[in-house]
Amino acid sequence: MAGSPAAVVSAGALAGVLAFLKDDPETGFAFLMDLAAADYLKFPSPRPGRFAVSYQLYSPKLGARLCVKAYLPAENPSLPTASGLWAGADWFEREAWDMYGIRFEGHPNLKRILMYEEFEGHALRKDYPLGRMQPLVPMRDAIDYEKVRQQSRRASNPS
Amino acid sequence: MPLGLEQKDPAAARAGEDEFRIEPTAINMGPSHPAMHGTIRLMLKLDGEKVVWADVEIGYLHRAFEKTVEHKTWNQAVPYTDRLNYCSPLINNVGYALAVEKLLGVEAPERCQYIRVIMSELSRVADHLTCIGASAMEMGAFTAFLYFIKAREYIWQLIEEVTGARLTISYTRVGGVTKDLPLNFGERFAFVAGKTREALAEVDALLSRNRIFLDRTRGVGVMPADRAVQYGFTGPMLRASGVDYDVRRNFPYLVYDRLRFEVPVATEGDNYARYRVRLEEMRQSLSIVEQALEGMPEGPVNVADPRVALPDKKDVYTNIEALMNHFKLLMPGHGIRPPAGEVYQAVEGANGELGFWVISDGSDRPYRVRVRPPCFALMSGLEEMIVGGQVADVIATFGSVNMIAGELDR
Amino acid sequence: MTEDTLQDAVLTTRLDKVLGWARKYSLFNYPFVTACCGMEYMATSSSHYDTDRFGAVFPRFSPRQADLLMVVGTVNHKQAPVLKRIYDQMCEPKWVVAFGVCATSGGFYQNYATVPGVDCVIPVDMYIPGCPPRPETVIDALMKLQERIQGQKQALV
Repeated sequence: MAGSPAAVVSAGALAGVLAFLKDDPETGFAFLMDLAAADYLKFPSPRPGRFAVSYQLYSPKLGARLCVKAYLPAENPSLPTASGLWAGADWFEREAWDMYGIRFEGHPNLKRILMYEEFEGHALRKDYPLGRMQPLVPMRDAIDYEKVRQQSRRASNPS
Repeated sequence: MPLGLEQKDPAAARAGEDEFRIEPTAINMGPSHPAMHGTIRLMLKLDGEKVVWADVEIGYLHRAFEKTVEHKTWNQAVPYTDRLNYCSPLINNVGYALAVEKLLGVEAPERCQYIRVIMSELSRVADHLTCIGASAMEMGAFTAFLYFIKAREYIWQLIEEVTGARLTISYTRVGGVTKDLPLNFGERFAFVAGKTREALAEVDALLSRNRIFLDRTRGVGVMPADRAVQYGFTGPMLRASGVDYDVRRNFPYLVYDRLRFEVPVATEGDNYARYRVRLEEMRQSLSIVEQALEGMPEGPVNVADPRVALPDKKDVYTNIEALMNHFKLLMPGHGIRPPAGEVYQAVEGANGELGFWVISDGSDRPYRVRVRPPCFALMSGLEEMIVGGQVADVIATFGSVNMIAGELDR
Repeated sequence: MTEDTLQDAVLTTRLDKVLGWARKYSLFNYPFVTACCGMEYMATSSSHYDTDRFGAVFPRFSPRQADLLMVVGTVNHKQAPVLKRIYDQMCEPKWVVAFGVCATSGGFYQNYATVPGVDCVIPVDMYIPGCPPRPETVIDALMKLQERIQGQKQALV
């Protein structure tokens, strides 16, 4: 595998590892730069789980970055929340829930953030089609939606 | 029954008070509001003029950047990155290109790296001009806005001369940039820098010691350093709170380690400190461009690797190898194919750390492109900055965050 | 007798024409700014290009006071009800300009989140192409819209 290294941690051990990294005076990873999820459903080589959540940490003390990653199963993916450690994790976790349906246990306010409450499904999952719209207001009949959808499908899969 | 308050039992007296208590007023700002440059909805509860509760709702410009890019080839994703932070599109382009190059294990030629630095810094100046101009306008200082937009117009004209477009420029490619700088770039930049410095000096004189501006910004929207770190603030907002962190210096990329520049830091963490930091950063950026223009070597602007860079047009028309190479790079199902893997690449965007977490499955399309938008962390801390303040200060504080909906919602 | 006294002081015209003339030079616009095009909108309305020169496009941030709705930028499905509501709040006569290609057709955002053109939500009078359109294009479109307003049958209510 090319690219940056990541420390893969089991979902059960994650909370302890993150707390240690943040609070131990020798590590001091005070920044949670990013928390992002990914869906490995269509990944060619096998992965330990369908979903993964990565935490990009930065320690001003060590002047170093660290990527911590946990794989999650396809059914009912869930992780303990990190919002108690970093306040910034609150919104990042809401986004991961909104886009991938990953539940963060103990999160104070786990609801959709980018999409609207009426939206069904989780848009960034690999099995959600790119063009499936869920309009909130009735669309005027200016355009044939099935046709638009087909065009968009064709544009995204030219083969 | 004798009348008088002393006869009333205390519980009943309190109940009477409750009857006359003023309920908090709920107001809604946005998503289409004159002072919300960008689409975001703020729900506030006010006790008189004081904000006692706030909720920030985002997502009104969610355009499915991350999903769409999964269906495009590596180079086709570049135009989408333009529209993330549309105030400084060049920095997004550079960040994305660096991430993919890291996956591929190639490095852009030296001249290209200098060009990328120059264009990033120009973009940063344009972004800060817009931010200060717009937030000053919302506080009533319309002149500052007009001066800064005028200065930005000169920068945009320069950017257009280089890239061919004013705003959505799609300038970088994996392994290089689309074209070299024009011949008279140095002269033109000297003119633009002069105009920008003039505008900076004018607005500095108009605002920095202006009584009204000081009252509206000083001690308003304070974010202490420890809370800023908690929220993952980066960029000018973090530095205004007194934490000295700049990706350009802490994790140098391109040729930033060869250039001398100061990272301005303030300690107050209020709107005024953010304004001062941004003002100083623009001066530093202009000086960085001047240094880069001096140190820039001659040479190619694209990598020579035929698996990445398109061949020269002249060769495509005259010899078969170059023609085949051209098609191999552009045909669906072929093209650039980084090895399977993932990278996290951060650059210093105008609002802070702009990170790209890119996963490749070895095909010609990205498997996943995650953007770490600096605004996202900043906006999650907005609630804390506005609760407890006056309702009019919401506008000043929101302006100092420089929220760009394009990168916030993606 | 009246003709002698008044001479050149009176100009006769059709009511339609004079109303059209008044309306086209007093366009108050509501900038529904959502995205990147907003940057060009700023540039267009500031001193460098200055759309006020054309007697048009004085921004009013209340839909009740505006007669030109400029949809500047991408509208997504979360935003669409807001746009519809603002359009419904505007008084007649009203015109709508789709500023930029996202407002026109969704542009290159053909996906689950984006409305493929605001004409799926509200009727549109003028489409401005470009991603984002240059200020010159915007000014051209405004002048064309003014021409159209002059030429159309004027409602009297």
